[in-house]
Amino acid sequence: MTARRLLTLAGLALGPVLVLAVFFVLPVSGMVGRGFVVDGRFDPGGVVEVLGRPRTHRVLWFTVWSAGLATLASVLLGLPAAYVLYRLSFPGRLVLRALLLVPFVLPTVVVGVAFRLLINDSGPLGPLGLDGTPVAIIAGLTFFNVAVVIRAVGIAWESLDPRPGEAAAALGASPAQVFRTVTLPALRPALVGAASVVFLFCATSFGVVLTLGGLRYSSVETEIYLLTTQLLDLPAAAALSILQLLAITALLLLVGRLRASPDPTVERRTARPRRPRRPDVVPVALTVLVLALVAAPILTLVVGSLRADDAWTLANYQRLTTVGDGNALLVPVTDALVISLRTAVDATWMALLLGGLISVVVSRRSLTGGERRLRGALDGFFMLPLGVSAVTLGFGFLITLDRPPLSLRDSPLLVPVAQALVALPLVVRTLVPVLTGIDDRQRQAAASLGAGPLRAFATVDLPLVWRPLVAAAGFAFAVSLGEFGATSFLARDEHPTLPVVIYQLIGRPGGENFGMALSASVVLAATTAIVVLVVDRFGGRSLGTV
Amino acid sequence: MLRLADVSVAYDGISAVRHASLELPDGDVLAVLGPSGCGKSSLLRAVAGLEPLASGQIYVDSRPFSEVPTHRRGFALMFQDGQLFHHLTVARNIGYALRLRRTPGAAARVEELLELVGLEGYGDRLPATLSGGERQRVALARCLAVRPRLLLLDEPLSSLDTGLRQRLAADLRQILTQKRITALMVTHDHEEAFTVADRLAVMRAGEIVQQGPIDEVWRTPIDPETALFLGYARVLEGPAAGIVRDVCVGDSAEPPTQTSRTIPLAVRRSAFRVDADGGLRGRVTAARTTPEQVRLVVEVEGVGEVDAVAPLDQHPAVGEAVRLAVDVTRTAPVGG
Repeated sequence: MTARRLLTLAGLALGPVLVLAVFFVLPVSGMVGRGFVVDGRFDPGGVVEVLGRPRTHRVLWFTVWSAGLATLASVLLGLPAAYVLYRLSFPGRLVLRALLLVPFVLPTVVVGVAFRLLINDSGPLGPLGLDGTPVAIIAGLTFFNVAVVIRAVGIAWESLDPRPGEAAAALGASPAQVFRTVTLPALRPALVGAASVVFLFCATSFGVVLTLGGLRYSSVETEIYLLTTQLLDLPAAAALSILQLLAITALLLLVGRLRASPDPTVERRTARPRRPRRPDVVPVALTVLVLALVAAPILTLVVGSLRADDAWTLANYQRLTTVGDGNALLVPVTDALVISLRTAVDATWMALLLGGLISVVVSRRSLTGGERRLRGALDGFFMLPLGVSAVTLGFGFLITLDRPPLSLRDSPLLVPVAQALVALPLVVRTLVPVLTGIDDRQRQAAASLGAGPLRAFATVDLPLVWRPLVAAAGFAFAVSLGEFGATSFLARDEHPTLPVVIYQLIGRPGGENFGMALSASVVLAATTAIVVLVVDRFGGRSLGTV
Repeated sequence: MLRLADVSVAYDGISAVRHASLELPDGDVLAVLGPSGCGKSSLLRAVAGLEPLASGQIYVDSRPFSEVPTHRRGFALMFQDGQLFHHLTVARNIGYALRLRRTPGAAARVEELLELVGLEGYGDRLPATLSGGERQRVALARCLAVRPRLLLLDEPLSSLDTGLRQRLAADLRQILTQKRITALMVTHDHEEAFTVADRLAVMRAGEIVQQGPIDEVWRTPIDPETALFLGYARVLEGPAAGIVRDVCVGDSAEPPTQTSRTIPLAVRRSAFRVDADGGLRGRVTAARTTPEQVRLVVEVEGVGEVDAVAPLDQHPAVGEAVRLAVDVTRTAPVGG
């Protein structure tokens, strides 16, 4: 019996382990190895020296506190918005949900540029003097990540059984006390999961810090990028990569502790959203603030895309079928959009397949201590991609997968695989809390009625996981559409994705190219919003038929 | 004293409760009895303040309560499956309301409540480790911790198995009377209602069709459906009721008038007893032995099929002719 369980576990885990070994461990160790091996000899001296530099300490400290503050801001703003968008009923909330996800999928470089447009001396927020300050970086990171909190926490909140809260209210708990003593503990797994993902995104964010921080403020991630591509100081980059990996492993262990809850079983029962009432004023006001924070840079971007030569015009959009001023691009922007969509479809099914298997493996209850330790180890292993920057991953792909036996440099699946790995932690973190929340007795009941493991999964898990699964698919698709760090290393010149094209346009001189970059960004954002909206609708309806 | 005046509850314009009026004196236990989907849970939720009223008013000691938010009502609500807080231990679940109010001496009070519901020593356990009956005991203790002015019970025993349900119903009754707790319970189980409550309100299709002290409702059900729901086996109508009443005349002080003769008559299963001197003749169409008696179905001349019982030492076979006596205390006029 135990042997058979372990065999099943091993069988399920084998695929994801192999994929991660080839597409994650190999590239990253290749990249890190470059740092330790100098002229064919093992020489850790360079790495140790880098860790002692004052600049390294400064970069590290900045990364930690800016990411921490941005995470705090994202949680504080995202929590009320999750409540308003997932528990209250008012017209247009599905559209709002989709709109709030838009920032998350904007290419990081575009977010940086949009914030610059907003806060530079001539921008609408110019008088605040935020340009080039850490406040701008934290605002940018929050803008980027608040959607993660809203979505992950919102979906958990939506399907939270309202009755324990009602029991508490009847015992005399005010709405605030119900929230603190009943709702918050029930949301804790989702909240801790979302906060940890956001912290990791902030700590490994690259485009935002690069464009808003300039040379003065650098995070570990931008430092790795600068050391790798500008200074060609690979030992130093490797040292920082290792540091990042270790720090994030430590963080994940801590998060695992925090996440542990005395009884993870949660009744899933989607409550009817209700009309807003008077005590909802505070969360509604905060949601409006979030909307403003999210809308301001986007509006600036849209306005910018509609302006050329100080006049309102659609010229920037008409130029999207061309290759830009002075042949800035190899293919028109419209072609890049098609490539982006195809890539995103591939990345989505890969991330879902991989993430789904991983979630099932790590969420099952263990019968023995050994099994539990094995699952724990696998859980940690699968979360490792969180700890490594997209830049490291992309560069690692370049230097390790370009020669036999793994000569994948020209494979059309290389970019989707890399993007799927970037989206993987999100998929896993969306599915695992729901899967662990399912009472194991339901599976046992199905088994006792003659359902095999697959059938039991289809009967018990799938109906409950269906909606989070659709949400995860939307997330993965959106991440893939906006992914820039790894893609910029891997996309072939004649097959660029939309974010790569936008970056190329920004880098080329000429006002027309910049205008095109803005209009292309708007198209990318709109595409993503539509996809997410459709997925939301689809997810909602499918739940009704279950 | 709780009073509901003309209370209606609607979900998206579809009414769940229509013009319900009730009175519940302090210290009494009222059971709202009705089939599932009759609106009784909506009524309870409205009293708890969890659903807004479409019309009408709820008074507690003559004070209007419909605008008072749930947590200021000073009630306590016990759900069918307890709804314990999974992340808290038994002791912390019970002490929840005490902590909200920062009541001194909470630990001692929790001990006292654990003893009251018969769960000494369970304080440190998590709800997941308890049986269904133990969870309901914890839920009850949690509700009683701050002496609610009204205890609301939503099918408190329905999720338990029969033996446990009967025992817990008796315990519940004892605790409620001992502590003089005013309680409103909704249930679909008439046995449960009879064990726990002093007063009864029968609800059907969103309306309260009958209410009063429990024995009064029991003796005079308002219509055939109510009678059947209260556990009467059959309702005899027209001439059949008359024939059965005629047989009772010998025992009864006053003979029925011609009009009261044909009022429908609700009969318990045990109202008809096999008796060699009985006034009704019939033929057995089904027989089944139970530990206490033999249960029969008898086709009675002029009356039709009725349920009847026989002592265990007599076991009439199917097709056998029998005579039946009527126990008038196990019948009730309907709508009278």
